[in-house]
Amino acid sequence: MHKLLEDRPGKEMFLLGNEAITRGALEAGVAVATTYPGTPSSEISLNFFDISRQTDLYFEYSTNEKVALEVAAAAANCGLRSMCIMKHVGLNVAADALMTLAYLGVKGGLVIVCADDPFMFSSQNEQDNRFYAKLSGLPMVEPSSVEECRGMVQYAFDLSETLQEPVIFRTTTRINHSTAVVSLGSLSERKTGGNFKKDPFNYVAVPAVSRNLHAKLLKNLTEAEKIAEESPYNRIEGIGDLGIVVSGVSYLYVIDALNELGVRDRFKILRPGFTHPLPKGMIQAFLKGCKKALVVEEGEPYLEEGVKVAAQEGGLTLPINGKRTDLFSRLYEYDPAMVKKVIAGYFDIAAPADHPLDLSEVPNLPVRPPALCPGCSHRATFYVVKKAAGSMEYMCTTDIGCYTLGFFPPLSMGDFLICMGSSFATGCGFSKATDKKVVSFIGDSTFFHSGIPGLINAVFNHHNLTLVILDNGTTAMTGHQPNPGVDMTRLNMTGYGRVSIEAMVRAAGVGYVAKIKPYRIQKSITTVREALEYRGVSVIISEEMCTLYAKSLQKGGSRPFYVSDKCRNHRNCISELACPAFYVEDEKVRINPALCAGCAVCAQICPENAILPVKQE
Amino acid sequence: MDITRLIIVAVGGQGNLLASKVLGEAALAKGIPVRMSEIHGMAQRGGVVESSMVFGDAQSTIISDGDADVLVGFEPCETLRALKKCSEKTVVITNTSPIPPFTVTTGQGVYPDIDMVKSLIRKKTRELVVVDAAAMAGKAGNPMAVNMVLLGALIKTGVLPLSAEDVRDAIRTKTRKGVVETNLSAFDLGYEAA
Ligand code: SF4
Ligand code: SF4
Repeated sequence: MHKLLEDRPGKEMFLLGNEAITRGALEAGVAVATTYPGTPSSEISLNFFDISRQTDLYFEYSTNEKVALEVAAAAANCGLRSMCIMKHVGLNVAADALMTLAYLGVKGGLVIVCADDPFMFSSQNEQDNRFYAKLSGLPMVEPSSVEECRGMVQYAFDLSETLQEPVIFRTTTRINHSTAVVSLGSLSERKTGGNFKKDPFNYVAVPAVSRNLHAKLLKNLTEAEKIAEESPYNRIEGIGDLGIVVSGVSYLYVIDALNELGVRDRFKILRPGFTHPLPKGMIQAFLKGCKKALVVEEGEPYLEEGVKVAAQEGGLTLPINGKRTDLFSRLYEYDPAMVKKVIAGYFDIAAPADHPLDLSEVPNLPVRPPALCPGCSHRATFYVVKKAAGSMEYMCTTDIGCYTLGFFPPLSMGDFLICMGSSFATGCGFSKATDKKVVSFIGDSTFFHSGIPGLINAVFNHHNLTLVILDNGTTAMTGHQPNPGVDMTRLNMTGYGRVSIEAMVRAAGVGYVAKIKPYRIQKSITTVREALEYRGVSVIISEEMCTLYAKSLQKGGSRPFYVSDKCRNHRNCISELACPAFYVEDEKVRINPALCAGCAVCAQICPENAILPVKQE
Repeated sequence: MDITRLIIVAVGGQGNLLASKVLGEAALAKGIPVRMSEIHGMAQRGGVVESSMVFGDAQSTIISDGDADVLVGFEPCETLRALKKCSEKTVVITNTSPIPPFTVTTGQGVYPDIDMVKSLIRKKTRELVVVDAAAMAGKAGNPMAVNMVLLGALIKTGVLPLSAEDVRDAIRTKTRKGVVETNLSAFDLGYEAA
């Protein structure tokens, strides 16, 4: 049994934030969960995926976040409690659905988990998704700790049903990826058989209907604000006359800071957890007793602006600050020491001076950037494309996945990237705007996610570029989730269809389509060269399973390679291929057999044929 | 309850997430407040993995520069890189077997001299415990048990509010059945060596 299915209320478990969120949803009786995987939210879906195979919970990996939200929206409108999970930028993809779904509303509870990533540990930007709540008019809740997640998810479901609106459950990486002791509640039964009651004049968003629905949304918003005023998740702590308004994970840093400074009794804290709409009355009542207030929040001044508006409307003139060059930044993550320093400075509190270590003697250390795994098929494909292009002048648009790492030297295959699925369409733009050859890379999962419209565009508008689809049979980057191109029977899973990338590409009318096996270097180079020389849209599908995934399925097991005496130290293997299994010892090139995946790519590019498979005993 | 802050740094694949999980479970079993936070984005791709663990009455799960009471480095160069988390009061435990990053292979960087790493850390912090964890893991019969050796050395320093038996219990219940015995020997070797 999955550990999150244990029905022992009161039991304490050491859970990851994402596990606590999953557990909260199970306790709320979630019946349908949909997602497109994205760090830092991925573990929620990994857990649901497992749980769905042991229970009657329906879970799906949808093709993208918009699809995921649409599926969940339908289920929720059949009365089923539903959850849709994504990373922050996923909500950009789902935004079109979100905005009008807010008009339609829901019948069963719908909770949209969206995980922001301040500091961009694994994202292309650090946008603050709280503004989506404001933009859409939907209620939003934000936990401050792992412990709070479980109960707050339940609250979000109840709130969603009370207001008949989806609720945004917004987290940040430090909530999703922190672990703490969580006390379990009881699991509730799932209601699974949905029922849709036709009501087209409330469900079909044509102008005449939407005019009414928008008015309904605003009414709900007023109702939501009333609930926010009374919500147990919006609370005031302490009785001092110095005020701090804080939400999200920063709350923890504030508490630690005040304790460490020994001034908790001088402070009053307002911690909104129900953060859209903000409880204006509560904020005003809070500010009335304060001489001065500080707003602590990572990201944009969302809360700060809300607090200032409330103060203005309440005729309050105390100083309220947050984001300011000498106070808090809009950049990156916060940390306890930095929050402590700002609090001490702003409120004139004596803080013990810190004595940072003098690190001037530490030499420049070699950096350790993440790299494509030893034997990764993407490395082979990049090498092949580079060799096939030869002296041709070209540029590469790339996309989001492990293969993004190919932009690091020495491969240097990636010149432009903005978002999921952008490589084909940006390739179209570059090929028109310049006379350079454009090669666009995209992974299989990203192709299905949002790459297909770019492909169709290239064909329709007669662009001249080569698209390389890196099909490694999984969504590798986020932890090897399946995608529509995966043969699920190989994973012993039934009940899935399979979409052929090749058939889709051919159906789009692409003039040149070829498949390569990237580990076969020479043959692949010849094919790619043809594709590059083709005028019009050419597509290469490079097929080879993700090495790491193959290993985890125990499908690997190839013999490692070693560098024999024939080696004459050209070091092409290092300078052109850069497989991390290589190292240099006493000026000699070596392969670490524990890392080598046995892909044989290096053996094919060695001019001395010095790289050989280790003989089996 | 007093607050103890622990940072573990490692290279992806060295098993530090399991090590911190074992410590967390041991603390939970003993009723010690514990929180932790991990940055493991791209860990499988050979990058640096960092876990922060906070024992006792603190709320935050991350540890600011200079605030670590104890630092465990699974790889010497990474231990040195994490020195900014330490103060002169910090106890440091480091494995001595290097895993040079690929940037060293390509000549973009130079791997620091191990003796220099040791003397620098020793000079800046309260105490440095040096363990050849790779060798001891091998001796224990499980080369993957570097993490358990380092846990042993960590517990021996007495900085954490956990006893050797607390951690042994957690190893018994929270690590894979087939490797419990070798994990325990690795833990003991690390404990004795420190
Ligand atoms: S996980 Fe797979 S796709 Fe990603 S770098 Fe490793 S081998 Fe390549
Ligand atoms: S065969 Fe060569 S390129 Fe492939 S994983 Fe081994 S060392 Fe790396």
